[in-house]
Amino acid sequence: MTDATPSPRGATGSGPSTRTVSTAAHHATTDGKPLLEVRDLKKYFPVQSSGLLRRTVGNVQAVDGVSFTVESGRALGLVGESGCGKSTLGRLITRLYEPTAGTIEFEGQEIGQLSNKQMLPIRREIQMIFQDPYSSLNPRHTVGTIVGTPLEVHKVVAKDKILPRVQELLEIVGLNPEHYNRYPNEFSGGQRQRIGIARALALQPKLLVADEPVSALDVSIQAQVINLLQDVQREFGIAFLFIAHDLAVVRHFCPEVAVMYLGRIVEVADRETLYHRPHHPYTQALLSAVPEVSQLTTGTRRERIRLEGDVPSPINPPSGCSFRTRCRLAKDICARVEPPLLQVGPTHKVACHFPGELGKAPDRPVTARLLGTDDAGAPDPGATPAEIDSRPGFGPTWYDLEARTVTSTPRPGA
Amino acid sequence: MLGFIVRRILTAILVVFLTSIFVFVLLYKGVANPAGPVCDAQGRCTAERLAAIEASMGLNDPILQQYGEFAGGVFTGRTVSFGETEYDCPAPCLGVSYGTRGLITDELVDRLPATISLAVGASIIYLVVGVTLGVLAAKKRGTATDRVLVSSSLVVSSIPYYLFCLLAYIFLVLKYPVFDETGYLPITEGVGAFFLAMLLPWLVLGLFSSSNYARFTRGQMVETLGEDYIRTASAKGVSGNKVVFGHALRAAIVPIVTIFGLDFAALLGGTIFTEQIFRIDGIGLWALDAVTRPPLDFPVVIATVLVVAVIITIANLVVDIVYGFLDPRVRIS
Amino acid sequence: MTSTPTHASAAPGAPLLEVSNLSVRFPTHDGLVQAVSDLSYTVRRGQTLGIVGESGSGKSVSSMAVLGLHDPKQTRLEGSIRINGREIIGASESTLREMRGKEVAMIFQDPLTALHPFYSIGRQIIEAYRIHHKVSKSVARKRAIEVLDRVGIPQPQSRVDDFPHQFSGGMRQRAMIAMALVNDPTLLIADEPTTALDVTVQAQILDLLQDLQREFDSAIVMITHDLGVIAEIADDVLVMYGGRAVEKGPCKEILSHPEMPYTWGLLSSIPEVTGDVDVPLVPIPGTPPSLLNPPSGCAFNPRCTFRDQVPGDLCRTELPLLVPGGRGPGHEKRCHLPDPDAVFQAKQAEILVEAGLDPHAPTTGEDAR
Repeated sequence: MTDATPSPRGATGSGPSTRTVSTAAHHATTDGKPLLEVRDLKKYFPVQSSGLLRRTVGNVQAVDGVSFTVESGRALGLVGESGCGKSTLGRLITRLYEPTAGTIEFEGQEIGQLSNKQMLPIRREIQMIFQDPYSSLNPRHTVGTIVGTPLEVHKVVAKDKILPRVQELLEIVGLNPEHYNRYPNEFSGGQRQRIGIARALALQPKLLVADEPVSALDVSIQAQVINLLQDVQREFGIAFLFIAHDLAVVRHFCPEVAVMYLGRIVEVADRETLYHRPHHPYTQALLSAVPEVSQLTTGTRRERIRLEGDVPSPINPPSGCSFRTRCRLAKDICARVEPPLLQVGPTHKVACHFPGELGKAPDRPVTARLLGTDDAGAPDPGATPAEIDSRPGFGPTWYDLEARTVTSTPRPGA
Repeated sequence: MLGFIVRRILTAILVVFLTSIFVFVLLYKGVANPAGPVCDAQGRCTAERLAAIEASMGLNDPILQQYGEFAGGVFTGRTVSFGETEYDCPAPCLGVSYGTRGLITDELVDRLPATISLAVGASIIYLVVGVTLGVLAAKKRGTATDRVLVSSSLVVSSIPYYLFCLLAYIFLVLKYPVFDETGYLPITEGVGAFFLAMLLPWLVLGLFSSSNYARFTRGQMVETLGEDYIRTASAKGVSGNKVVFGHALRAAIVPIVTIFGLDFAALLGGTIFTEQIFRIDGIGLWALDAVTRPPLDFPVVIATVLVVAVIITIANLVVDIVYGFLDPRVRIS
Repeated sequence: MTSTPTHASAAPGAPLLEVSNLSVRFPTHDGLVQAVSDLSYTVRRGQTLGIVGESGSGKSVSSMAVLGLHDPKQTRLEGSIRINGREIIGASESTLREMRGKEVAMIFQDPLTALHPFYSIGRQIIEAYRIHHKVSKSVARKRAIEVLDRVGIPQPQSRVDDFPHQFSGGMRQRAMIAMALVNDPTLLIADEPTTALDVTVQAQILDLLQDLQREFDSAIVMITHDLGVIAEIADDVLVMYGGRAVEKGPCKEILSHPEMPYTWGLLSSIPEVTGDVDVPLVPIPGTPPSLLNPPSGCAFNPRCTFRDQVPGDLCRTELPLLVPGGRGPGHEKRCHLPDPDAVFQAKQAEILVEAGLDPHAPTTGEDAR
């Protein structure tokens, strides 16, 4: 991804394109490439009929066109409710699944279609931490074997150096290095998760995909593991894709957070923006539903946005915006046109026709002109659709929701 | 559901077809010349006579053509010739026995009732006794009752079945004639006589197998009784027995039914030891005789293998369909 | 649901559930597991008591005892549990059965495993109703549809015949609640009812429980590990650790002025979606205690970072009593620390200073911006 982003042209013509590079647009690393760049990634699981001939009658659209970047040493959080596709996404990045479409670039190399053999060197760089510390460790292997196997498979250290390295790793994750010949069942849940982390660290990966790493643990243990992961990240400069349903844990861990709904990213932003000024009605509902102690102790009870019903089936997602069936703001355009993931701030993208802070949603769709439709979403022959930058990460310019123009100057106070 | 059944029937037909080819080719290719015994049976066997019989039996034809004739006979009937003698074999024709020169189909129909009677009676016993004891042990798990039930079932299982069968025969028929002579009498010859003659074989086979069922049921029940929905049922105020039978057994019965279906099919395929020791002229004894008594009776062996293959595929199909009814989660809509 | 509650005996505000000096012990091969020790609490009509604790704290075991669900042969129960004045401990199995599901109903954590997979939702609700009401199946079915409708299941007339796997997670929990409500119980025990659910569905279920409580004036015992849920729904809170109550009192009081280091630990180890992200999480070191060989003195002492502030090694030698704290009689705590509120405030300030923040600025709760 380069900085030469063509500014989206709205119907008014070119916006004030003062090309001062925003300080917050952090996607420019030294070589100009993020560590991980995922573009329009899709994973469909076929559904077969039960008839005489098993035809594929539909697809579970688990991940449906997701783009994002993870910078080296940073952490991107992925939140959403069960069935939103966040775990599938994690398994696509680690190539436990093969993508249906789209690209996964790791250090500039496309890995989405690599064979298992070609993936081997890459697997050293991308490791995974699983949710359940009970089922993800082989009960018949000692801790030494579990943590040492990756070292052996990838031949990163000499055979006689494996044990010292294992002990070093156990010490890093806060376990007694002398316990290398014990079995997983001799450890508590939190300690097992530490073993899983030691295993993931063994190959000094550049990216860790952590899928609900603390949700199976007791509250007091969760904090221990989160702190350990933060120490590890700081010390070794590992980038994280942190997948969790717990919005508070993700906020604590990740400076940048993406919210998923029905296989798509509906909003992605720096945590400050996402948690304090969410622009997508789903993000707003999600945040308002989190029960918190401080609401009671300080008497700042937030108004809860009730979401009715259930998440629709990913086999037959609603037309247009997938959230419209439960959205308070939904209008005609939402059923007709899928809202693009539009950059609305230096580090803020939202996929909504009516994006805005809670209670300040615009009356008319901001996207209509950009998409070349009228306010109801019907094609408008008079309008010239703008080119919307669909590339992952954040560009130097964005669409200012108040001025309704493309800009690269942050509004004061925003 | 219908599509599922049709698909399964088609697979079953394919399985039976492949089994029949496999057995046919193996037997006709691998074992001594089938014409030999026929020739021997007709007096002094000269080389010319042997060649003539081979030709009349079609043994010189390519193996697939021979199979084609055999398979065709199953559907349309055919003429089977042994040298000079020819037999008219109407559909469904499985050939003519080398030993008795009787039509295989007729012999099969003669013997099937004995085997079916044995299988049905024994399986009712092991299902009822085994499941009851298993449920009892699970309900009283950890107590003396449980330990006695489990260990005695292990003792029974560790005796070889033929010995169990033989000892029962020696002690209960020969030494202390509690039971009269055993065997199979057609039910048309008197219901009482039929039951009396079959009672000991049923009990021996049924009680022996029930030890396995008791342990299996106990295992399933202990697992089910630990499930959350059992706690839910108790929390609703459901009584202890209703929890055990209405909630736990309902869930535990599903894998038991699966195993039962396959076991029952295996019994229909013949129980060689039981039929031999208690002199029940069923499929198992028939197959045993075909293999052990000269001349080696190829058509009978092929017929018995085919019958077993058909029964087992049908049983599998039935089990799958029943499973769908028992477990709504696998019901295909 | 139009029928009036059948147990009008308890006056509003009168104690509905009184647990006093309850101990639950399980003899095992390795020794006696002391799952619950000397636990006392009261729940009144229309009130919600939140019981917080981690796995092994005894919070679920104590509630199972309220329904008499422990196998008497494998459990040693002591103390007293009174529901509407009637003693549960030592009561006959038939008395307990009569009470279960009728006076006290229970909702479990994972509705997928807590509902029988082979019986339809309707059948399970009908069964629950007909145990306590001698009515025909069709009457019970009408009632089942009625309660499914009340808990917000769409098209209850047709969904009543669905099996649990055909429901979504939130709908299953609604069905579970419907089953619990079908006999108009006066006391509802909810054991982690929202832990397996997504946050928006959790919000729906908590709303539903609160609505139903208002409508039927029932008492709720809410067992959870999530202090946020407690803050949302409970009137009183009971914090359990190692099988004992370590702190109890009105919810707002306990959560704003906790006086027991374990409660402090719980509060400082959970992140929030509001407040300052730079406030570090302060985990409780170590692991929960063994119930077979509980630590001597205060069960929390091996993990407590304030042990040194108590003179004479008291924490290790003597079990602190559950006594009223410094802020009034409603608030009870089990801790030897002399002035816990002051220690707590000092600790909070210390955490903030370490993170480079101003300890005098309001941090918890208010949006710092």
